[in-house]
Amino acid sequence: MSFEIIVCGGLAPDPLQTLEPVPGPALKNEMMLPAVFDPWAAHALYEAAHLAAQMPGSRLRVVCLAPKAKLQQVMMKMAQKLPFELIPLDGPSNGFSDAGPTSEALAGAIQALPDVDISRLLVFGGWESATRGAGVVMQMVGERLGITEQFLAVDEVKVDAGALVIKERVEGGQHMVSRCAGPPAVLAWATGSLPEPPNHPQTGMANMRTMMPALQKAAAVAPANGVAYHEVALPKVQRETRIVKDLSAAEIARELATWVKE
Amino acid sequence: MEKILVLVHTDEGGVLPRAALETVAAARSLTGDFTIGVFGEKAGASIGSLAVEGEAFSAPRYATDAAACEAIVRKAGATLVLAPNTFRMARCLPGVAARLNGAVDTHAVAVSHDTEAVTVTRWFYRQRMEGTLAREARPWFILIEPGAYEAAEASLAAAVEVLPVEATTRTTHVGYVSPESGEQTIRPDARLLFVAGAGWTKKQADGAVHTDEAGELILGFVRTAQSSLGSSKSLVDLSGEGQTVLPFLTHLHQVGQTGSTPRHRKGLATCCHGEEPHVVGWRFINERRAVNLDPNCGWARGKADVLYVADAFEVMRELNRLI
Ligand SMILES: Cc1cc2nc3c(=O)[nH]c(=O)nc-3n(C[C@H](O)[C@H](O)[C@H](O)COP(=O)(O)OP(=O)(O)OC[C@H]3O[C@@H](n4cnc5c(N)ncnc54)[C@H](O)[C@@H]3O)c2cc1C
Repeated sequence: MSFEIIVCGGLAPDPLQTLEPVPGPALKNEMMLPAVFDPWAAHALYEAAHLAAQMPGSRLRVVCLAPKAKLQQVMMKMAQKLPFELIPLDGPSNGFSDAGPTSEALAGAIQALPDVDISRLLVFGGWESATRGAGVVMQMVGERLGITEQFLAVDEVKVDAGALVIKERVEGGQHMVSRCAGPPAVLAWATGSLPEPPNHPQTGMANMRTMMPALQKAAAVAPANGVAYHEVALPKVQRETRIVKDLSAAEIARELATWVKE
Repeated sequence: MEKILVLVHTDEGGVLPRAALETVAAARSLTGDFTIGVFGEKAGASIGSLAVEGEAFSAPRYATDAAACEAIVRKAGATLVLAPNTFRMARCLPGVAARLNGAVDTHAVAVSHDTEAVTVTRWFYRQRMEGTLAREARPWFILIEPGAYEAAEASLAAAVEVLPVEATTRTTHVGYVSPESGEQTIRPDARLLFVAGAGWTKKQADGAVHTDEAGELILGFVRTAQSSLGSSKSLVDLSGEGQTVLPFLTHLHQVGQTGSTPRHRKGLATCCHGEEPHVVGWRFINERRAVNLDPNCGWARGKADVLYVADAFEVMRELNRLI
C-alpha cells in the first residue's frame, strides 16, 4: 500500500516580527517582512514525510499559494528538511485574503495535476493558518475534490490493515479516535508529534533542482475576495505593567494568594 | 431581510454544549426571528424545530455531520447560519459552506446587524489584530467563539420536524482518549490559567536543574487551585529533544501562536519569558500576572498587569502553602 500525499501550506510572517495593519487592509511593509512556512502546515509536512517513508512507493507533493519571491526564500529553508516536490502558485497569501477562493485555487491546482490517483490520495494541511486563523481551507479543498472523509486538528495517524486510525483534538484536552477505511481523505493537522527535521544541505540541493524551475513557471492566480473589511486595528489596550522588584517571595505569595482567591 | 438559522449539535447523551446556548444568545442580539436546527444524538428532543437524528448522526464524523447540516440549512432556506465554534462544527461547516456556494467565517467574537449590513468581528494573525467585516455571499456561516456571549436560556421546541437524511461514510467513530500521562490541560470552568515556561527546567542559581521539584510545585498548585495548566512552546518541545522535562506536559498544553488561546479571567505565568508568539495565546485572559527573574522579560513590556521579579521556585513554595 502506498499513498499520494499532497500537503497544502501557505506562508506566514515570522511570529517574532511586529505586525501592523494598514488600509487595504494589508500589513505594513508586508513584502519586507521575513516569512516562514505556516507552522501548522509545517507539522503536516513533517508528518506527511514520515508517513511516506513508512509506505514505500508513496509520493509527496506540496501545493503552496504565496507571492513567488517570498516562496522562493522560504523554500530555500524548507527544501533542506525533507524531500518533496513543490507545486507553487503565485498569488496573495495573507490574513485578509479570502479562504473560499484560496481553497478553489488549491483544489484547482490539485485537479490539474495529470497523474493523481485519487483512490490513494491523502490531502494534508494545517488545521488553521497563522494568518487568517480560520481553519476552513482544508475542508473546502476536500469538498471541491469530492472527498468526504475529513479530519480536523489531527495529532496522529496510523495505518492499520489498510485503514487509517486517526486522533483529532477535541474539547477538554481530549483526542477523538476514528477509523477511516482508507484514502481518499483530508487531514488538517494540529501539532502532531514530530520535531522539526534538522537541515540537510544535500536534500536541499536535490530539491532545488526541481523547485527552481517550478517556481519560475509558477502560474499567477488572483483569487477573488468576497470580504468587505470595515475596520482592522491593533488591540487598543496596552497594559501598564507594575514591576515589583523588592518584595520577598513570601510577600509575593501572599499577594498572589489573595489575587487568586478574589 | 436575512433568514437566520441557529445550527447546533448535541453531544453524547443528547446534551447541548454550552457554546450552543451562547450561539442562541448571539442570535437574540440580532434583530429578527430565527429558526433553530439541531443534529446529533436525541436532536429531536432538543431546542430546535428542525432536527436530524439517528444512529448515523450521533457521533461526530465529517460526512454525516455535513449531510445533516446541509439538509437543515436547505430546509430552513437560511441566508445567515450562526453556529458554535466547537470542534464538531469547525470540522464540518466550512465544507457545507463550499457545497452550498456560500461563505464561512470562524472564531467570531461578535456579530451585529445595523441597518446596512450584518458584520462579524474576529481576530487575525493569531489574535494580534481585530477586524470587522461583512460579506455578500449567502448562505453565510458564522461560527461563534465559545465564551464570547453569555449562554441564553432556551426551552425545548414545541413542535419538531425531523428531517430524513441519507449519508454514507467510510469512517467509524472509535471513542475518546486522554493523552498519555497528560495532566489536565484547559478546564473550561477554571477561573485561572497557570502557565509554566521553560525556565522551570533551566539551571538555577545553585548551578543545578530541579525538574522534580518544579513538577511537584506546578502540579501542587494546579491541583489545589483547580486551575487550567498551560505551557510555552519551548517547554513542550524539550520533550522532543530528549532533555530532562516535565513528563506531564504535552503539545496540548501549549498556549500561543501554534497552541491554544484559552479564555479565563486570570492568568499567572511562571518561568516564561512572555515572548510575542506565546502571549498572543493570552488574548482572552483578562488579568495577567507573571513571576520571572528577568525584569526586562516580555511581560514587563505591557503584556502583564503585574510582573514579580523573583524566583518562581521560592514564590510557588510559599504560594502552595497558602492556598
Ligand atoms: C513559528 C513559531 C511559532 C511559535 N509558537 C509559539 C507558541 O504557540 N507558544 C509559545 O509559547 N511559543 C511559541 N513560539 C516560541 C516563542 O518565540 C518562545 O521561544 C517561547 O515562548 C519561549 O518559551 P519560554 O518563555 O518558556 O522559554 P525561555 O525563552 O527559555 O524563557 C525562560 C524564562 O524563564 C525565566 N526563569 C528561569 N528560571 C527562573 C526562576 N527560577 N524563576 C523565575 N523565572 C525564571 C527566565 O528569566 C526566562 O525569562 C513560537 C516560535 C516560532 C518561531
